[in-house]
Amino acid sequence: MAAGVATWLPFARAAAVGWLPLAQQPLPPAPEVKASRGDEVLVVNVSGRRFETWKNTLDRYPDTLLGSSEKEFFYDAESGEYFFDRDPDMFRHVLNFYRTGRLHCPRQECIQAFDEELAFYGLVPELVGDCCLEEYRDRKKENAERLAEDEEAEQAGEGPALPAGSSLRQRLWRAFENPHTSTAALVFYYVTGFFIAVSVIANVVETIPCRSSARRPTREQPCGDRFPMAFFCMDTACVLIFTGEYLLRLFAAPSRCRFLRSVMSLIDVVAILPYYIGLFVPKNDDVSGAFVTLRVFRVFRIFKFSRHSQGLRILGYTLKSCASELGFLLFSLTMAIIIFATVMFYAEKGTSKTNFTSIPAAFWYTIVTMTTLGYGDMVPSTIAGKIFGSICSLSGVLVIALPVPVIVSNFSRIYHQNQRADKRRAQQKVRLARIRLAKSGTTNAFLQYKQNGGLEDSGSGEGQALCVRSRSAFEQQHHHLLHCLEKTTCHEFTDELTFSEALGAVSLGGRTSRSTSVSSQPMGPGSLLSSCCPRRAKRRAIRLANSTASVSRGSMQELDTLAGLRRSPAPQSRSSLNAKPHDSLDLNCDSPDFVAAIISIPTPPVNTPDESQPSSPGGGGSGGRSNTTLRNSSLGTPCLLPETVKISSL
Amino acid sequence: MGAVMGTFSSLQTKQRRPSKDIAWWYYQYQRDKIEDELEMTMVCHRPEGLEQLEAQTNFTKRELQVLYRGFKNECPSGVVNEETFKQIYAQFFPHGDASTYAHYLFNAFDTTQTGSVKFEDFVSALSILLRGTVHEKLRWTFNLYDINKDGYINKEEMMDIVKAIYDMMGKYTYPVLKEDTPRQHVDVFFQKMDKNKDGIVTLDEFLESCQEDDNIMKSLQLFQNVM
Repeated sequence: MAAGVATWLPFARAAAVGWLPLAQQPLPPAPEVKASRGDEVLVVNVSGRRFETWKNTLDRYPDTLLGSSEKEFFYDAESGEYFFDRDPDMFRHVLNFYRTGRLHCPRQECIQAFDEELAFYGLVPELVGDCCLEEYRDRKKENAERLAEDEEAEQAGEGPALPAGSSLRQRLWRAFENPHTSTAALVFYYVTGFFIAVSVIANVVETIPCRSSARRPTREQPCGDRFPMAFFCMDTACVLIFTGEYLLRLFAAPSRCRFLRSVMSLIDVVAILPYYIGLFVPKNDDVSGAFVTLRVFRVFRIFKFSRHSQGLRILGYTLKSCASELGFLLFSLTMAIIIFATVMFYAEKGTSKTNFTSIPAAFWYTIVTMTTLGYGDMVPSTIAGKIFGSICSLSGVLVIALPVPVIVSNFSRIYHQNQRADKRRAQQKVRLARIRLAKSGTTNAFLQYKQNGGLEDSGSGEGQALCVRSRSAFEQQHHHLLHCLEKTTCHEFTDELTFSEALGAVSLGGRTSRSTSVSSQPMGPGSLLSSCCPRRAKRRAIRLANSTASVSRGSMQELDTLAGLRRSPAPQSRSSLNAKPHDSLDLNCDSPDFVAAIISIPTPPVNTPDESQPSSPGGGGSGGRSNTTLRNSSLGTPCLLPETVKISSL
Repeated sequence: MGAVMGTFSSLQTKQRRPSKDIAWWYYQYQRDKIEDELEMTMVCHRPEGLEQLEAQTNFTKRELQVLYRGFKNECPSGVVNEETFKQIYAQFFPHGDASTYAHYLFNAFDTTQTGSVKFEDFVSALSILLRGTVHEKLRWTFNLYDINKDGYINKEEMMDIVKAIYDMMGKYTYPVLKEDTPRQHVDVFFQKMDKNKDGIVTLDEFLESCQEDDNIMKSLQLFQNVM
């Protein structure tokens, strides 16, 4: 519950006096409040620093360590104070949470230490107030990422230990991915690196003009033409090695499709394919042009270095992630270029022998001028052209230099804002889920308590004590208030499942498919008033016809509570959730209304909207816990322990 | 071009620091403006002295202290408004819609019809409810039901109140809430309370009928130990 609700409870209970004349049934007696010591000042000693606060302040949050009876474990009777051997600086924030209802995050403390303190005092991290929430999450994420990176680096360094009976394939793949693991892999790694370098250098050197022999001093040939055989052999050797490596990787890859689609393998293919294409292309002059073009692709072999270099990979990743910004930059530049090129073209149109033959031809001039390169191969000759040319070069500085930082920072800001909006939306969902969980938490606690027989007037204390889990004074009083409302209106709180079944039963005239033994009478308006608030015992005497394994969480609670009933005829029936035919004969026939309610459990698990937030972090834990423990209990534990169903409420 | 790329890359690394650009300044300015306006309208009310309150109500000094501490913590400005009532009730009755009932309750607390409940009003109402005589409690309840404060309860007012109470139950009730359940409830109530069957319940009729009903008398003692 949110802050301060505990403060208002006495007021809400007092206002319940207003329901009295309307109530058609007598209201239930109030719970006995243990002789409270009044409001007193508690001393909390945290590692020597004394904090004093009212007991009421700590009682505001009964789900935490300090608000519950758990703090009694730390009570030192001699000194009359509660001693905690924890960090006093952090405790200040914890105590302020009780006082103000907002949990703030200390800026100068390590976020991990803060988390640990919160866990110790029973505060969930979601309680961090809005003012500090974003920073808290950011720091936490940063921390987590850093730790993950360190772990990864460690792992990558040592390499995971291979299971003993690993196949050749697995060993090979591991050798490829982590070359440091074995000497052979390392050798292979360096050899391929060497050959990549050789191939690239050969490509480069091939084009250098070699001084030809003394015979023809004037004609210079590129080395590639001078020593064609040597270069061809070197190329062949490199390609053979690359092909071999590629095929080996393909063989060793755990998922061949994924490997084929990966970037590195595409680079490999592009690196070696031109060679093979070149082999099969006949050496005519028609296609030799295309063949020459193919040789250009050999330069892509240099990208194979990215397997060897972390930096290249990072660069590639950065470019990929900035794609949208670069696109926009390009677009704005294109606009400026087109404008100026058009202007220059029309300005220079009249001149004869002009370079500005068309607008696309003027693009080159515009680009060169705007980027302040100024090659000088195209210059305007008319006055208008010169004027516009100077405007172009001046604006080039502005158009390129100014928007780029603004665009960059703009997109950086928008990008972060979007991230923040998404984060906020996600947090909103979590917050709503939290609220819903708190709501359902109180509902469930109340329903749970009801069905556990806690509200029986004629109390038999022993039976009660076993299966009614102990509640705080706040909960007791709150449940009493809800019970008063029930009595006033002669209707009871239920969960959605029971409600929908009851609705279905009403429409079907009181028969359900699964009920085998109970009498079915249609629920008419007359019976509604007369059998208002049927005595709970009759309702509970229903046993299930069949209980199957697939039950929803909501109905699990029903099962659980039904199993743990006080008035069960035989002790062993508590453990079994299956119906015993003879039990149902105990029903009194003048209780028609509850016929349909609880029988048909095996409906598909449609949880209430309140309860169906297992995805929320807070609810998931408790929900999952209750689910599994209840499943276990259905196997026949003698009595349901109260702590198996613990609905966490904030 | 190199300089441009340089700025490009350097700006990329500055992503973490907040960018103080025009939009941010404008937002701050607006927020400050709103805060200034708020300050002018925020009231800060201080209650009368402790002794006076002790004389006027049936609470002891310690109880008043506890009450005020809680009250002040929740409402530092010293007054409760209707919104707070609605929120409180929404938290206590999360299944249904408690806003209508909270509205009527607020009107019952706000005896001077100022739109806000000060600590004195709060404490005097609590004093009646928890420590008052049977007469006083019943009169307070009559006042709650009498929405327009004309001294009479008619069927429409009762319908509103009963409907508001049923709204608090929410949708998922057992047995299923029918459309005419509130109406029936009101009819039963009027049958009991309206002695001369004129369709209106006066204060005397109300007091008389309630005192005849044992259930009500017994239940009135329930809330003695709430504080």
